[in-house]
Amino acid sequence: MEHHQHPDAPVLNKSVPVRHPGRWISAIIILAFVAVFLQSLFTNPNFRWDIVGTYILDVKVVQGVGWTLLLTVASMVLAIVLAILLAFMRQSDNPIFRWSSWVWVWFFRGTPVYTQLVFWGLIAVLYPKISAGVPFGPEFFSLDTAAIVNATVAAILGLGLNESAYLAEIFRAGLKSVDRGQQEAAEALGMSKGKIMWRIILPQAMRVIVPPTGNETIGMLKTTSLVLAVPFTLDLTFATNALANRTYLPVPLLIVAAIWYLVITSILMVGQHFIEAYYGKGVDNLAPAAVNPAAAKAAGPGADAQRSMKTDFPEESAR
Amino acid sequence: MTVTAEKPLVKIEGLHKYYGHHHVLRGIDMTVNQGEVSVVIGPSGSGKSTMLRCVNLLESISAGRISVGGQLIGYREVNGKLHDLKTKEIAAQRREIGMVFQRFNLFPHKTALQNVMEAPVHVKGQPKAAAQKWALELLDRVGLGDRAGHYPSQLSGGQQQRVAIARALAMEPELMLFDEPTSALDPELVGDVLNVMKDLAKSGMTMIVVTHEIGFAREVGDTLTFMDGGVVVESGDPREIIANPQHARTKEFLGRVL
Repeated sequence: MEHHQHPDAPVLNKSVPVRHPGRWISAIIILAFVAVFLQSLFTNPNFRWDIVGTYILDVKVVQGVGWTLLLTVASMVLAIVLAILLAFMRQSDNPIFRWSSWVWVWFFRGTPVYTQLVFWGLIAVLYPKISAGVPFGPEFFSLDTAAIVNATVAAILGLGLNESAYLAEIFRAGLKSVDRGQQEAAEALGMSKGKIMWRIILPQAMRVIVPPTGNETIGMLKTTSLVLAVPFTLDLTFATNALANRTYLPVPLLIVAAIWYLVITSILMVGQHFIEAYYGKGVDNLAPAAVNPAAAKAAGPGADAQRSMKTDFPEESAR
Repeated sequence: MTVTAEKPLVKIEGLHKYYGHHHVLRGIDMTVNQGEVSVVIGPSGSGKSTMLRCVNLLESISAGRISVGGQLIGYREVNGKLHDLKTKEIAAQRREIGMVFQRFNLFPHKTALQNVMEAPVHVKGQPKAAAQKWALELLDRVGLGDRAGHYPSQLSGGQQQRVAIARALAMEPELMLFDEPTSALDPELVGDVLNVMKDLAKSGMTMIVVTHEIGFAREVGDTLTFMDGGVVVESGDPREIIANPQHARTKEFLGRVL
């Protein structure tokens, strides 16, 4: 590897690299635009950075951040659980399962999320009472819909059910991306259907599922600003809009909202990075972390052997 | 090679397989005795892999019967009528049958050790410590004790296939199926895999090996079966068939591969 240190090593070529004047010119143009923009940030008084500073940690704003996070996490959890179920149903041998999964995706993907949010807000008007009983027969108990489906629940249901349709397709694509031979190898070992799915197929599918799901989560963070349709009035966008209307200063409060959305998105991206590294085990991430002490002892030569292995079989690691 | 007890372990009777209207297997009869190595050869598309995959129900059986250890595969026979087995019952039958694939099919997200431990821990419910000890023994046996912590992508094809053999052996099957185990390997890696298989044969394992390795058939095989067009053309002592094939099709095939 370190040729130049060897006495009889070949003299390495020192060629003149190709020049790229175009790159320099375009880089200078971009830098000029960035400089002008940065200058305007500092010199344009209409940004009102003082107001941004006043409201960035305002109680209403911070509470709004909390509610937005709650809505995002709760609706994504609901969506992921439903999506796994829908993706499994779509692969099922039972035609009723396949069909109902398809119809669910068709409906919730085919209508606007705004419409769905308004609908969940009005559910108590449509069905004033939720009751359990035999259809056309006796009734066991009945509850006021408005008491169960309050604005928070309506917002989570609206966002989560809509999202489940998109995630179901992402999960389906992920499950389909796993080589058929994996299923066969697990079957040949006598593994049960459930074990094959949870231990063999899903962990490999996750490599394909996580990046677009991260995308969806970040999308969801911002879609929560639509919950006004329910109406739900505690989220970040509503809080900053209310403050903007009160102070007649929309620009600095939009900046406050944008900064918070960017902060949360950045944190989510860090989280996604670690989840991707976890599910990339053996493919993107070859760190021998999963070996327990006894096995490591048996494995003998550690990192060195591994590096040489990788160079020995480039076609294997390329696969 | 090995002394056979002349006790039939695998019995295939009148096996047919259709894919839609495509008649792939046209009545296969075959018996493999306990401890025997049965080598199956034939041109691609002859149905030899399909036949092998029927034995552990990776392919459904269109007609005929397969039994392993006296147990009917895939069905229960009640008053002369066949009933499909439940998924769980099929899984139980598969535990007694190890399978090695042409493309290895190791679990890429698990290390070599975890691949071998997977079934003992999660199918048999063995405690992890015991399963790990057993898995390391098996990896040693296939010459890969020092590769336990490696992921499949860090192993050569030959090494992956040997891990796959160890993984199948971990369930202590009474029968091992090999589906062209060396066909996806670079020529210089074939020898290591065949050596592991030879050792396994010597240890008395009952094996059905679908392969193109005529040398292996001659050296290790107790019987050789030549298949073509979904039927068994010729079957018998490997050395006799290779030296003196009786059928024109066998002669032609051997002429091409030898």
